[in-house]
Amino acid sequence: MQKPIYYKIKKFMLMYSTHILLIIISLSCILPLLWMFSSSLKTQATVFSDMSLFPQNPHWENFYIAWTKGGFGRYFFNSLLYTIVVVSGIVFITSLAAYGISRLKIPGKNVIFYVFLAAMMIPIPGAFVALYVLLNKLGFLNPNTGFPLLDNVIMRLGYILPLINSGLSLGIYMLKTFFDKMPGDLEDSARIDGCSVFGIYWHIALPMAKPAIAVIIIFNTLNVWNEYLLAMLVLTGKSLMPLTRALMVFRGTHITEYPLLMSGMTITVIPIIIIYLMLQKHIIAGITAGAVKG
Amino acid sequence: MIKFLFLIVVLALTSVTGCAPGDGFDKSSSDKIVAWHWMTDREDAFTELAEKYKALTGTDVQFELYAPTDAYSEKIKGAAQTKTLPDIFGILADKRIISSFIKAGHVLNLSPYMDMDDGQWEKTFYAKALNVNRFLQGNEFEVSPGIYAVPLDVMNIQMIYNKDLFKKAGLDPENPPKNWAEFLDAGNKLHAAGIQGMVSGWGEIWMIDCLASNYAYNIMGEQKFVDTIKGEASYADQDWIEVFTVFKDMRDNNLLANGIVTMVNKHAEQMFANQRAALAFNGSWCVNVYNGMNPDLNYGVMLPPVYSDKYPMKIWGGAGASLMVSARSKNIDKTIKFLKWLTAKDQQAYLANKTCNLPSNKESLGEIPQALEQFVDDMDSVTHPSNLNVSEFPKVIEARDKGIQSIIIGEKTPEEVALEVQAVKIRELKKQKARK
Amino acid sequence: MGIRKTKKIFINYLFVLPAILLFCTFHLYPFLNVFRYSLFQWDGIVEFSSAKFVGLAHFKDIFTANPQWWYSMWHAFYVTLLTLIFQNGLALLLALACDRAIKGARAYRMIFFLPPVLSGIVVGLIWQWIYDGNYGLLNHWLTNIGFGHLARAWLADPRTALTCVGIVHMWKGFGWGFIILLAGLQSIPRELYEAAKVDGAGAWDTFRRVTVPLMVPVFVLVTILTILNTMQIYDLIVSLTGGGPGYHTEVPITRILAAMRGGSQLGYACALGIVFGLILLVVSFVQIQASKLAKQE
Repeated sequence: MQKPIYYKIKKFMLMYSTHILLIIISLSCILPLLWMFSSSLKTQATVFSDMSLFPQNPHWENFYIAWTKGGFGRYFFNSLLYTIVVVSGIVFITSLAAYGISRLKIPGKNVIFYVFLAAMMIPIPGAFVALYVLLNKLGFLNPNTGFPLLDNVIMRLGYILPLINSGLSLGIYMLKTFFDKMPGDLEDSARIDGCSVFGIYWHIALPMAKPAIAVIIIFNTLNVWNEYLLAMLVLTGKSLMPLTRALMVFRGTHITEYPLLMSGMTITVIPIIIIYLMLQKHIIAGITAGAVKG
Repeated sequence: MIKFLFLIVVLALTSVTGCAPGDGFDKSSSDKIVAWHWMTDREDAFTELAEKYKALTGTDVQFELYAPTDAYSEKIKGAAQTKTLPDIFGILADKRIISSFIKAGHVLNLSPYMDMDDGQWEKTFYAKALNVNRFLQGNEFEVSPGIYAVPLDVMNIQMIYNKDLFKKAGLDPENPPKNWAEFLDAGNKLHAAGIQGMVSGWGEIWMIDCLASNYAYNIMGEQKFVDTIKGEASYADQDWIEVFTVFKDMRDNNLLANGIVTMVNKHAEQMFANQRAALAFNGSWCVNVYNGMNPDLNYGVMLPPVYSDKYPMKIWGGAGASLMVSARSKNIDKTIKFLKWLTAKDQQAYLANKTCNLPSNKESLGEIPQALEQFVDDMDSVTHPSNLNVSEFPKVIEARDKGIQSIIIGEKTPEEVALEVQAVKIRELKKQKARK
Repeated sequence: MGIRKTKKIFINYLFVLPAILLFCTFHLYPFLNVFRYSLFQWDGIVEFSSAKFVGLAHFKDIFTANPQWWYSMWHAFYVTLLTLIFQNGLALLLALACDRAIKGARAYRMIFFLPPVLSGIVVGLIWQWIYDGNYGLLNHWLTNIGFGHLARAWLADPRTALTCVGIVHMWKGFGWGFIILLAGLQSIPRELYEAAKVDGAGAWDTFRRVTVPLMVPVFVLVTILTILNTMQIYDLIVSLTGGGPGYHTEVPITRILAAMRGGSQLGYACALGIVFGLILLVVSFVQIQASKLAKQE
């Protein structure tokens, strides 16, 4: 009779300590976010003197002021556009390439893979100047086609294409890792059924890589959403700028308007959290993908 | 998942082609003046002034903000390489870098315009503000002499003390320390009262450099300071060791707040504004910062107390932000006309009031906010490394300031640092010779 | 037959073509330029045609006369080592915990991703406040539990500064490791666990025999990402210590940027970047080879 009790206690203790660890770490993750939020409800004078997490006189209007003063509306649209185009571009291009490298017969594919891997590692500090010169040469910076709409698209592409490029290496590497693990029998049966190479990629490989794709989407969404250096370098004029431009307004050379900055950052962070919430499911959906194999 | 992806792609495609509803983007009109700047805090003021100017003269001026400064600097460099700099821009860098822009033919020499009508334009500015943008005859950068930028405002960097905390420590809030003994004594008294000493952004090394050169001027005078830069005097010299000893003294007598060596200036400002430190070493922009964080803060401004009686104390100051005119601009005359208007009395007073910076136009002084007046009083003691005909190697500056950090944390002695800096100096001089 | 085969291979190439095109334009071309710049004495401002060719002089200087560079490299290695061990250890532990049907796993999955989402500005502000030498939370806690003698200005003390920055870095980054590892764990077929259970394997045995072998590629992935991410640490250093005190928290990227911006020696900065990249390359490939060997065993 003693054994089950011993196991029960052991199991209970294990559960207990696991939860304590998880809760402590969770707290350290939540508190900064709460601090950011509560700071956004304070005033410049109280933001560092009033340390309470819930200020007595919350200044909800900070959100309104931040939204209008930062001109969030237009930037929000721009950021949404850039993020959607860049991330879908990265997912499409890298999954194609990773599938090709992992599963298809392509002479020299290992060289290609290692070049991409190497590219991920070499930071190119002087590349800003080189990139600027390149984009100028390619006509992305000051397009003059006579059609304002077309010019607009070209200028945006000058920002989008380098961003897609910056997500390639990681995406290819990550997806290749997942494709490599994929069992081949499903592909084989599809091939026998007369499915084309692209069809196999689209109908079989891609759905199986769902967890990895979800991770890539999250990773790149965060990158693009928070990007500002390249935007400042490449884009000309307010109308094309992404969301991060709005936050700059509150970060003066000398004066930082903390409550407004925190409001702005809270606004900025919400879409990311929503996207993560949406994609979380798909990371977990890997269970089903795994089940198919068995 | 596939549907989801497909949706995203479709959405993306439609939005790329369907966007841009009349952004008003118009590049072809070449008589518009375009200005690039990094001054986030002045964006609204600039826009308003541009509107005013348009109503007045019909000329379009478009201010475009690129921030933070790192990104801005990269953009300027890129635009210089592709020869696409706007009509008006600023360069955030020391004279060596500015001279490169000038030599590459990007910056217009403004002297002819300053001299026009008996030097009318030049006379409106503080001479000290203009000096920062002036290249003299025979400068080491080999730039033809002249004024290359218009100062928008002036600033200086001083010591600021909290009067209430001074009183609490038994110090006279109306008579801050003037000499070294008094200063060290104040440090110990503050410590005894449980009050932290000075805070400053010494994690950003230029602010250390600033105080160090203040004391270099005080201890050895300008001539020897310049000689050191030229390589004719040594950093291992007794005078320089004394400059480094200033920091050791300050640390030993509790004048430096705990952790000052790696402090960023924004954190230092937070601490001073919330009365957690009795002294700060900061620029005139701080008036605005403190006012925002703690309107009741009761503080005074003082020159750094003198270490030696041999030479007067000098503080850093001069032009805060300056604007340049592109030598490749198609609208040089219109641009100059606009800049003249921008730096005229009324516009300067407007900018000063709206942004709490000191105006560069002397005539606007009567209309500046009161809190800034203390800083104006000390404009006479102002100097700036950019006023000199020479400039120190970046690596030597780094060695000097990092060395001072090491002194403050007790890792090295002033003598050791002096020798190390001199060694770097010799190496850099050798490299320079090899280049020529 | 030959033609059909060629056509097939051609179609296969179409899979990698878009990636290669983009890569060559926006990565390879700038990179070749960077390599070219590294052979010149150039400040990045005057026209490149007037820059002076110096050959490999920059590289010689880096290897013979730039001790600060190698010191900064050591710092990056140190933080990377810390991160590899502690951050990834923690991430794996948490991922394992959340892989099971544990209560609240959904909520935890959400929460652990918060630090990566947080803006660097907020992270800097909060940790400065924790580490502050006078009013810092850490000193406050230490004093309360009777370790007051340990209180110090954590970021200004050369003995603690780098480790403190490393801790912030790990805290900000463990969410990524967690997600990737979790994704990997989730893709292990549950039946394998069931089978192991039927065979009477304990938790540890299951982990060693089932989980680890299947997770090796994911471990490699996470390790490489950690190395790359940590070796290139930069933002946190700037907002917490600025590389000080002295040179005690300088890292390669801050040195490269100092050469590029402060010193306006773009050519030299490019040379530093290339040396740095090559070192990263060597480290990563050694790591990949080592893991291949481990997998074979």
